[in-house]
Amino acid sequence: MISADIQIVLPEIALAVYAITALLAAVYTVKDGAASLLVWLTSGIFVLVAAWLMTNGADAQTAFDGMFVADSFSRFAKVTILLSAAAVLVMSEQYMVARNLLRFEYPLLVVFAVVGMMVMVSAGDLMSLYMGLELQSLSLYVVASLRRDSVKSTEAGLKYFVLGALSSGLLLYGASLTYGFTGTTLFSGIMAGVQDQPSLGLLFGLVFLISGLAFKVSAAPFHMWTPDVYEGSPTPITAFFATAPKVAAMALFARLMFDAFGGITGDWQQIIAFLSVISMFLGSIAAIGQRDIKRLMAYSSIAHMGYALMGLAAGTALGVQAMLIYMAIYVTMNIGTFAFILGMQRDGRPVTDIQSLKMYAKDQPTRALAMLVLMFSLAGVPPMVGFFGKLYVLRAAYDAGLAWLAVAGVVASVIGAYYYLRIVYYMYFGEETEKLDAPSQPILGAFLIASALIMVVGVVNLFGVEPIAAAAAAALVN
Amino acid sequence: MTPFVFTFYLFAITTIMGGLMTVLSRNPVHSVLWLILAFLSSAGLFVILGAEFVAMLLIIVYVGAVAVLFLFVVMMLDVDFAELKAEMSKYLPLGLLIGVVVLMQLAIAVGAWSFSDGIDARLAAPVPDTYNTTGLGLLIYDRYIILFQLSGLILLVAMIGAIVLTLRHRVDIKRQNVMAQMHRDPKLAMELKDVKPGQGL
Repeated sequence: MISADIQIVLPEIALAVYAITALLAAVYTVKDGAASLLVWLTSGIFVLVAAWLMTNGADAQTAFDGMFVADSFSRFAKVTILLSAAAVLVMSEQYMVARNLLRFEYPLLVVFAVVGMMVMVSAGDLMSLYMGLELQSLSLYVVASLRRDSVKSTEAGLKYFVLGALSSGLLLYGASLTYGFTGTTLFSGIMAGVQDQPSLGLLFGLVFLISGLAFKVSAAPFHMWTPDVYEGSPTPITAFFATAPKVAAMALFARLMFDAFGGITGDWQQIIAFLSVISMFLGSIAAIGQRDIKRLMAYSSIAHMGYALMGLAAGTALGVQAMLIYMAIYVTMNIGTFAFILGMQRDGRPVTDIQSLKMYAKDQPTRALAMLVLMFSLAGVPPMVGFFGKLYVLRAAYDAGLAWLAVAGVVASVIGAYYYLRIVYYMYFGEETEKLDAPSQPILGAFLIASALIMVVGVVNLFGVEPIAAAAAAALVN
Repeated sequence: MTPFVFTFYLFAITTIMGGLMTVLSRNPVHSVLWLILAFLSSAGLFVILGAEFVAMLLIIVYVGAVAVLFLFVVMMLDVDFAELKAEMSKYLPLGLLIGVVVLMQLAIAVGAWSFSDGIDARLAAPVPDTYNTTGLGLLIYDRYIILFQLSGLILLVAMIGAIVLTLRHRVDIKRQNVMAQMHRDPKLAMELKDVKPGQGL
C-alpha cells in the first residue's frame, strides 16, 4: 500500500531529494560558486518534472488515505507552477550575479517552495493543505529578505512573515472550527458532513478559511502586504511571487471550495464574489497614483486575482475552467513583463520609475512594441490573449447568474486600462529623458519577445490550453 | 464536588490567572514566570483529559525551552517596556472594542453550535485504545507519514533560512589559524640587530 502511495507522490519526492542532495553537495564543495549551475540545473529539472507530469496522464488517484490527490486539475496547476518557476529562475540568474545576490541556497529554496505548492494543489486534507502552505510560505519569506543589507528587502521579508503568520492563524482557526463541526479534516469527510443547511459555527470556519486563503492570493481587503513586498524584494523574486505562488494559492482555493465545501456552493459564492469585486476595483484604482513599476505590478496582480476569483465565484465547472485559463495567461503575461522590468537599468543600476521609460520606443522599438503588446494584454484590449482570459471569466460569471459581477468586472477593467496605457503612452509619446541602458541580457529579451508573441499568436486556439483546462475543471467539479 | 472536578477547576482557574497576569504584570520577568505557571497548569488539564504525553511535551518543550528562551530574551535585550506600554494604552480602547465584538460574535457562533450528521463515526478513535505514545507513534509514523516528512522539510527550510539570513563570511577580519600559529618560527618572524650607540640602522 505504501509503495502505491509513494508512486503517486513521486514527483514531489524526486524534487525534495534533488534539493537535499544539491544542498549537501554545494555546502561541502564550492558553495556559492555552484549557484549559477544550480539555477540552470534546477530549472532544467522543473521542466523535466513538468514534462513527466504532462505525459503521465493517469486518472484521479488518491494517496495516504485521501490526504493527497493527483488528478488532472492538480496536474494542470503543477505544470503551470513548474514551468513558470523554471522561467523565473532562468531570468533571475544574470540579474542576481550582477548584484552579488546569487547564493546557492536561492534555487534550492525555490525548489522547496515549489514542492510546497505542489502539495497545496494536491491537498485532500486540511492538514496536508496547511503543511504545503507553510512549506511554500516559509521559503518565500526567506527569499523575500535575501538582500540582507537593504532595509527595504528586510522590511519586505519581515512584513510578509508577520502578515503571513497572521493569515496562517486565521486559516488554522477556520480549520479547527470546521473540524469541530464535522469531526474530520479530510475533504471527502467534510463534504459528506456539510450538506444543505450548515450551522453558524461552520460558516464562521468557512469565512476564516477563505480569509486566510485570500491573504495568500492577495485579494482585497487582505492585500496590504503586496505592494510593499513586491517593491522591497529583489526584482527576480518579485517576479517569482507574482507567478507560481499565485497559481498554487488559487488552485488550492478552488480545491478547498469544491472538494470540501462543494455541498454549500451558495454560501461561499457570495463571499468570493465580494472579494472579487473589491479586488478588481482596488487593484484598478489604487494603481493610478503609483510611479514605481513594481508597485504597479503589485496592484495589477491584486486586480487580476479579482478576475480569477470571479471565475471561482461562478461555482461551476465552466468557472473553474475560466479561472485556470486566466491564471495560465496571467502567468505568461507576468513573465514577459518582468523580463522587461529586469532589463530596466541605467548605468548598471536597476530603475523602477515608470517616468524613466519616456520615449523608450525611439531607442528600442522592438522591446517597446513587445511591452506594448503585453500591456494591452494585461489591460484586456481585444486582439490580445489577455482579452480572452477576461472574456472566459466574464462569461462564466454571467452564465452562473452573476451578471452584476460581470458588469463590475468590465467597469474595473476600463479603469485599470488607464495605468497600463499610461506606460505605453510614456514609451511612445512622452518627452525625452535620460536614456536607459541598452539591453545586455539576451535571455530576458527572448522571454519578453516570446511572451509577447504568445499574446498575439495564442489568439488562434490558446495553444490548446482550453480542452486541457476543461478536463481539469471537470475532474475537480465532477 | 468530586476530586476530579475540583482538580479541573483548580487547573483551569490557575491557567486563566497565569494568562491574565502575563499580560498585566509590570515587570517583564514576572510576566514570563506567570506564563510558565499558565503552561504548567494547562499541562495539568491535559493530564485530566488523558493526554499524558502531550502534557509532558508541554512541560519539556514549552516550559523547559521556550519559556526559558523568553526569559533570556527579556533579560538580555534592553527593551523599554514602559514605552511599549504607553504605546499600548493609546490603542487600548479600540483594541478592547474589537475584542468585545469578536467575543460576542464567537458567543453567537459557539452558542448555536451543532454537529454535522454522522460526526460520531468520523470522530471514532483512529487507532486502537492504547497508551498515548503507542497511539501517537502509530498515527505519526504510519498514517500521517507524509505530513511528518513534510514538517521535516519545513524545519529544513527554517534551518536554511536562518543560515542564509544571518551567516556571513567577512574577509576583513583576522581569524585564528591554529596550524599557522603553531608553526610560527621566531627566527623568521624577527631579526635581532646590534645597534651601536649614536648610530641608526
